[in-house]
Amino acid sequence: MSILLNRDTRVIVQGFTGKEGSFHGGQMIAYGTNVVGGVTPGKGRQTHLDLPVFNTVAEAVNETDANASVIFVPPPFGPDAIMEAAYAGVELVVCITEGIPAADMVKVKNFVRKTDTRMIGPNCPGIISPGKAKIGIMPGFIHQEGPIGVISRSGTLTYEAVYQLTELNIGQSTCVGIGGDPIIGCTFIDLLSLFAEDDGTDGVVLIGEIGGSAEEEAAAWMQESGFNKPVVAFIAGQTAPPGRRMGHAGAIIDGGKGTAEDKMTALRNAGISVVASPADIGIAMQQQLEN
Amino acid sequence: MKIHEYQAKEILRQNSVPVPAGIPAFSVDEAVIAAEAIGGDLWMVKAQIHAGGRGKGGGVKIAKTMEEVRKLADQILGMKLVTHQTGPEGKEVNRLLIEEGVDIAKEFYAGIVLDRSKENFVFMVSTEGGVEIEKVAAETPEKIIKVWIYPEFGLTTFQARQLAFALGLDDDQLKNGVKTFMALWKAFDNYDCSLAEINPLVVTGDGQVMALDAKMNFDDNGLYRHNDLAEMRDTSEELPSETDAASYQLNYIKLDGNVGCMVNGAGLAMATMDIIKLSGGEPANFLDVGGVANSETVSRGFKLILTDPNVKSILINIFGGIVRCDRVAQGVVDALSTMDVKVSVVVRLEGTNAKEAVTLLEESPLEFIIATSLKDGAEKAVEAATQG
Repeated sequence: MSILLNRDTRVIVQGFTGKEGSFHGGQMIAYGTNVVGGVTPGKGRQTHLDLPVFNTVAEAVNETDANASVIFVPPPFGPDAIMEAAYAGVELVVCITEGIPAADMVKVKNFVRKTDTRMIGPNCPGIISPGKAKIGIMPGFIHQEGPIGVISRSGTLTYEAVYQLTELNIGQSTCVGIGGDPIIGCTFIDLLSLFAEDDGTDGVVLIGEIGGSAEEEAAAWMQESGFNKPVVAFIAGQTAPPGRRMGHAGAIIDGGKGTAEDKMTALRNAGISVVASPADIGIAMQQQLEN
Repeated sequence: MKIHEYQAKEILRQNSVPVPAGIPAFSVDEAVIAAEAIGGDLWMVKAQIHAGGRGKGGGVKIAKTMEEVRKLADQILGMKLVTHQTGPEGKEVNRLLIEEGVDIAKEFYAGIVLDRSKENFVFMVSTEGGVEIEKVAAETPEKIIKVWIYPEFGLTTFQARQLAFALGLDDDQLKNGVKTFMALWKAFDNYDCSLAEINPLVVTGDGQVMALDAKMNFDDNGLYRHNDLAEMRDTSEELPSETDAASYQLNYIKLDGNVGCMVNGAGLAMATMDIIKLSGGEPANFLDVGGVANSETVSRGFKLILTDPNVKSILINIFGGIVRCDRVAQGVVDALSTMDVKVSVVVRLEGTNAKEAVTLLEESPLEFIIATSLKDGAEKAVEAATQG
């Protein structure tokens, strides 16, 4: 089993005919994702990668019954693209775009909240349900179908964690990159609650980083809700200096808040297995599964 | 992005937030001319650096005569100002703000930041003006009054009134306070700020509610729509290597250790720093070379890392997803064969075409230390730094 995404998910690509949309759209199709079309305003009725192109998301949904969308458009157009998809009733919107201003995301999140759409990202690698489908930019081949859910604020660090799991023959149910921005769609808690309900998920790897308090909130939620699947957590940025933005817009220790130490302590206090070394993520999950 | 106080006050002035009359000065003569133009009989001579605590460090002084303006300007310009935010080495002062003296009746705090948990901006005021707000938040959080901004409406008048009443303002002060708060939000919103802090916000003897100090930071992701802010950037406040990196769209932050690292992806770059530390070393930098790790970005990365003389070894950690490891390896070989790199280079490549990449490195005449895992890479890099 998996969450959010499976073989039947009908995906459209926003920014389909652009460089990123074309390349990653092609990779998604090659992985087996049910991509049903794309949207590029002004290029409607054309065909791209043997699939129909539409002018609007609403039109694409009408014609293809798409229920998921992935966004590859430059930052100035990202907010509008997300809202267009949510307005058209798309159930799952994954925004890969990096560089959208936080003020825009405050407004977009407020908009999306009033719809039934689940937003993932922005500034994320996307979602993969190994062996079934992927929506995003992650390399499919490092994944393996199996029982572990992965939730992460990072991209390549997630690949590192997944690779460790796969090397130990521990497959993944669904891996979700939730994004490195300060304001994102689904949070750790949103996804943990989906993994809690998913019979195909026996444990979760949670990869956080400095900045904000999403990890602390997840720790409190897991404790309060009695989340009973094993969790292994790693927090990146234990050596990051305060007041500096570490690549991701959301990765900053601000006014002494958002340190890796605080997050690790909160998670440990909630009974979570926290590894200090990014090289120990796979091993720690193996140990959890053996217990 | 950060700007100076005088620049923040210029933005506030344009957005109808009351600020004292003031003029920036880059030399002693300019300071005197500025004070004469402002007039009056009392002036503030304020050091302009991107760090807080300037007053305590001796960078903010009162002058009562033109001679004093000249003397203080001469004293502060060129000084190494040390505050709790500059580190012990301090920061050289190259700019001053000359301001009129203000008759202060009350001092408050006002600030706007992004509340990530509530996914919204929060406007805060406190009666505890002139004090570090982190300290107030830790010791007397009840003295901070907050309202959250409505994404559709911005700060509303009733919220601004709520803040003004909370500060105990009445009559004209109340009206002026509401106006100042509304204007401050407008300035914040207009410029995609990530932080605006007015500390102190003062009520003057004649009832004005004025920004006596001003700090504004901007969301880097919003800069594309504010070309006027680009002119306000003061690169002398940044390390040249960091400015240089940014111009190539590389994320580089210098740290104090001796193990350099070059990584694709910000999360993995932080994790690589962390594992260097866990292996007994100290990271010399954060460097995310992004998705395109070709010979050009790799050689730029090497140049950046090697601007730091403390670096004794370099760990290259690339997880090849879409980017193929053999291409990265070729980039590393190409970059190193045209450069004079005297420190040990440890390479860890994993992911797409990793085996081909290792063969390529092994067959190259250059000397690499090849690592088989993240842990192995960190340990080898730390060992090389210790020996080197």
